[in-house]
Amino acid sequence: MVINRLTWKIGGKAGEGIMATGMIFSQSCSRSGLYVYDISEYPSLIKGGHNNLQVRVEDREIFSQVKAVNILIALNKETILLHKDELVNGAGIIYDSSEVIDPKEIRDNIRLYPIPFNNIIKEIGVQGIMKNNVALGASIALVDYDFGIVAEVIRDNFKRKGDKIIDENTRAAKAGYDYIKNNFKNDFEYKLEKTGKPGRMILTGNDAICMGAINAGCKFYAAYPMTPASSILHFMAAQERRFNIVVKHSEDEISAINMAIGAGFTGVRAMTGTSGGGFCLMTEGYGLAGMLEVPVVIILSMRPGPSTGLPTWSEQGDLKFALNASQGDFPRPVLVPGDIEESFYLTQVAFNIAEKYQTPVIVLSDKNLAESHKATDKFDTKKVTIDRGSYADPTDLAASPDTTFFKRYKYTENGISPRTIPGMKKGIHTASSDEHDEEGSISEDIDVRIKMMQKRARKMDTLAKELKQPELVGSQDADITIIATGSTKGPIKEAMILLEKEGIKVNFLQIVYLNPFPSEKVAKVLGSAKKTVVVENNFSGQLADIIREKTGKDVDKRILKYDGRPFYPEEIFTAIKEVVTHG
Amino acid sequence: MVKMTDLNVIDRPNWCPGCGNFGILIALKGAIVELNIEPENIAMISGIGCSGKLPHWIRTYGLHGIHGRALPVATAVKLANNGLTVFTVGGDGDGYGIGMCHFIHTMRRNIDMTYIVHNNMIYGLTTGQTSPTSEKGVRTKSTPSGVIEVPVNPIALAISAGATFVARSFGGDVKHLQKTIVAAVKHRGLSFVDVFQPCVSFNYVNTYDWYKQRVYDLQDAGHDTTDKIKAFTKSQEWGEHIPIGVFYEVLSPTYEDELPQIKDTPLVKQPIDNIDISGLMDDFV
Repeated sequence: MVINRLTWKIGGKAGEGIMATGMIFSQSCSRSGLYVYDISEYPSLIKGGHNNLQVRVEDREIFSQVKAVNILIALNKETILLHKDELVNGAGIIYDSSEVIDPKEIRDNIRLYPIPFNNIIKEIGVQGIMKNNVALGASIALVDYDFGIVAEVIRDNFKRKGDKIIDENTRAAKAGYDYIKNNFKNDFEYKLEKTGKPGRMILTGNDAICMGAINAGCKFYAAYPMTPASSILHFMAAQERRFNIVVKHSEDEISAINMAIGAGFTGVRAMTGTSGGGFCLMTEGYGLAGMLEVPVVIILSMRPGPSTGLPTWSEQGDLKFALNASQGDFPRPVLVPGDIEESFYLTQVAFNIAEKYQTPVIVLSDKNLAESHKATDKFDTKKVTIDRGSYADPTDLAASPDTTFFKRYKYTENGISPRTIPGMKKGIHTASSDEHDEEGSISEDIDVRIKMMQKRARKMDTLAKELKQPELVGSQDADITIIATGSTKGPIKEAMILLEKEGIKVNFLQIVYLNPFPSEKVAKVLGSAKKTVVVENNFSGQLADIIREKTGKDVDKRILKYDGRPFYPEEIFTAIKEVVTHG
Repeated sequence: MVKMTDLNVIDRPNWCPGCGNFGILIALKGAIVELNIEPENIAMISGIGCSGKLPHWIRTYGLHGIHGRALPVATAVKLANNGLTVFTVGGDGDGYGIGMCHFIHTMRRNIDMTYIVHNNMIYGLTTGQTSPTSEKGVRTKSTPSGVIEVPVNPIALAISAGATFVARSFGGDVKHLQKTIVAAVKHRGLSFVDVFQPCVSFNYVNTYDWYKQRVYDLQDAGHDTTDKIKAFTKSQEWGEHIPIGVFYEVLSPTYEDELPQIKDTPLVKQPIDNIDISGLMDDFV
C-alpha cells in the first residue's frame, strides 16, 4: 500500500466543473497538512472541448507535476482514451457506468470503478452541475480519506452562494463517497491520510505575484485581458477596494502600459500585465518608460507564439523578446521567478528596482507557473523592505530658483537622478520621450546625447553590482550541470531527486536575472563543469543563445520542449541520463 | 496669485513663425492665470507632433510621451493624484489618427480633465501629409491625387461617445479660446476642446483668413448647450458658416466619483509601508 503519494486527475468537457472540483480536492488535501501541486490543461473555448486538471499529493514538498497518474476521474469516455497511457499499474478509473467501455480498449492492470452518476443525482434530487461532485466524493472514498474535510472545503468555497448550494454539492459528493464504500472492496492501493499538521495556502504564480504587488504597495494596475495573465487582473480587481488600489481594464495593452507610466510618473507604484501578444503592443511604451525614467512593473506571462499560437498553453519563448523589445538601448531589468515563492518575493523586488533605478522592470513568468497551484507556506511579508528610491531633497528644492525647470535628469555617478513628482513645488519639469538635457528639455546636442545615454546605462551597472550572483545547487562534483530559468525549476528539482537515486551526480544553476545577466558566474560554471545542459521550454534554446552572447561559451546540450506542455520530471530524467550515458 | 510670468520658460517655442500653436499657448497660459492654478499642481500631457512639444514651453509639470498615447497617460495621472489639474494637448493626427481608440474611450470615461486638440487638418511635423480631418479631395504629399475618404468629425464623435463637455475654438481668436478653456477646466468631467489651428507651412487652404470668414460663436447665436440632439445637428455644420463655442455640456458623475479608493485621499498620498496582507493569505488556506 502507498500512503500519501499519488496523482489524481479529472478530465471532461469545459463547463463540467473540472477546475472547481480539482480545487476542492487540492484544498481538502492541503488542509490536513499534505503538500499538493496541481496543473490544468484547457483549450481556448468555454464549453465543450477537453479540460483536465491533475493534482499531485505527497507528504513532502512537491515542486512540479509528474506524468504518472494513480486515479483518473473520467467525466467522459474521451478522457479515458486521452490519458490511459499516463496511468500506472494498479491505478483506478472512476467513470460513468452508462458509457460503453470495453476494458480491452483501456489496458491491463487498471481498476475500473463505474458509477451510475445520473441515477445517483436523480435519487438525491439535486440540480445543476453535479457529476463532478459525485466523482469527487467517489475518489475520496477510494483513497479512504476523511470526508469531513471535503465537506468543510465545499462549505467554504460555496459560502457566498448560500446554504442550498452548499447542501446540494455536499450531498452529491457524499453520495459518490457512499457508492464506492457500499459497492467496492476497500483494497485500492493508494491511500491518503491526514498528517495533523496545519494547512497551507493553495496559490498560483499569478496569485503570488498579486500578493507580492499588494504587499509592495502597488496602487495602480492597468491591463487588458490575455491568457495567462488575465487572472492577475481578476485578482487585483477583486482586491481593489480592500487595499485601495485603482484597477483599470483598459481599451488595449497600449493604453494599459501608458496608464501605468502615467501613474508611475505621478508617484504611485504601478503595474501592468500581459502575455506576448499584448507585450508586442506595449513595446513602444516599454521604451518610453525607459526614456522618461519612470518606474513601472510589467508582468509578462509567456504562452506559445508566434501570433495567437497556443493561447492556453505554456512556453518560454519570449526570453529574447523581453530582452530586446523596443528601439534603442535603455536599462531594462528582467526578473524570472522559478516558483510560487519567487513570484511573491521577486515581484516586490521588481517594484524596488523600478523605483530605485527609475526604469521599467519585467517579471517574466509563463502559463505553467502562472496558473498551476501549489501548497505554499505563508509568506514572510517583511522579507523585502520597501525602497522608494531617491527623491529630491526638500531643502535643496526650496533653495532652487523659481524660474527654471528642475534638473530631473541630473548627471550622477550611479546614473540615478533624484526624482520629483507633480505637486512638489519647484520640482517642475517635463519628462520627454525625445532625448533631453538634465532639465528634461528636448536636446539634439552631441554632448548631451552621449552623456544622457551613459547616465541611463550607468543605472544598470549600479544594479548589477548590487545583485548577488546565483549559486549552484546540488552535488559539488557533479557529472552534469543543468542551467535553466523560470518555471522549469520545479521539474528540474524533481528530476534531480530521480537522478541522484540512480547515482548520477547533478547540480543546477538557476538564472533569476536575465538582465543584468550574471555573466561572471555562468562563465565560471561553464568553465569548470564536466558537462552542461540547458533545459528550456522553447524551440531554439533561447537561454543557451543568451549564455553564448553574454559569456562567449556554449553549453554542451540543449534539452528543449516546445509542444505547449510543461516538462515532466520523468522527461528531464530520461534526457539527462541519455546525455550522461551517450554524451 | 499665479502670474503669466510664473508660467514662462527660458526656451522659446520652435514652432514656425505665425503658427496657430502660439495663440493656443497664450490662451492656455491666460486660462491658467485666470483660474489661478498653481503651476506645480498642473500636469500637461502630450503625445507627438508640433503641438506635442507644448509642455516644454509652459512651466508646469509635463509628460511628452509617444504618438497618440497621451490620453491613457493623462487618465492615470489624474487617477493617481486627483488633486492635480490635468491637461492633454495634441494634434489631429495624434488624437484622431493613431490615438483614435483612446479618444473614443476617454470620451466615455468622464475623467475630470481637459483635452485640447490643435487641429490643423494636416500633418505638420512630418512635413505635410493628409490628416484624419483633411477634407475630401485635398492634395498632400501622401495623397497626391487627393484624399479619397471623408474627414473625421471630432465634435460629432465626442458627443456620440459620451463626452460631457464638447467645444470648439479657433487659435486665431485668443480671447474666445481662453474663455473656452476656462469653461472646460471649470466643467467637472472630461472636457474636449477642438481648436482650429492654422498651419502656415503646409495647409494652404485652411488659413487664418479662411477661418475668420467662416467661424461664428454658438453662444452669440443662443445655442442650447444642454440639448444633445441640437448639439449633434450643429456639429454637422460646415462650409460657409462654421460654429465655434460650447456645443454640449452635461453634468454627470466623474470616473473618480465612482472610486471609493480615492474619495478621501489621492492614491499618491496613501502610505504603503503599513499594508497588511495576512487576512488575504488566510483567504487562500
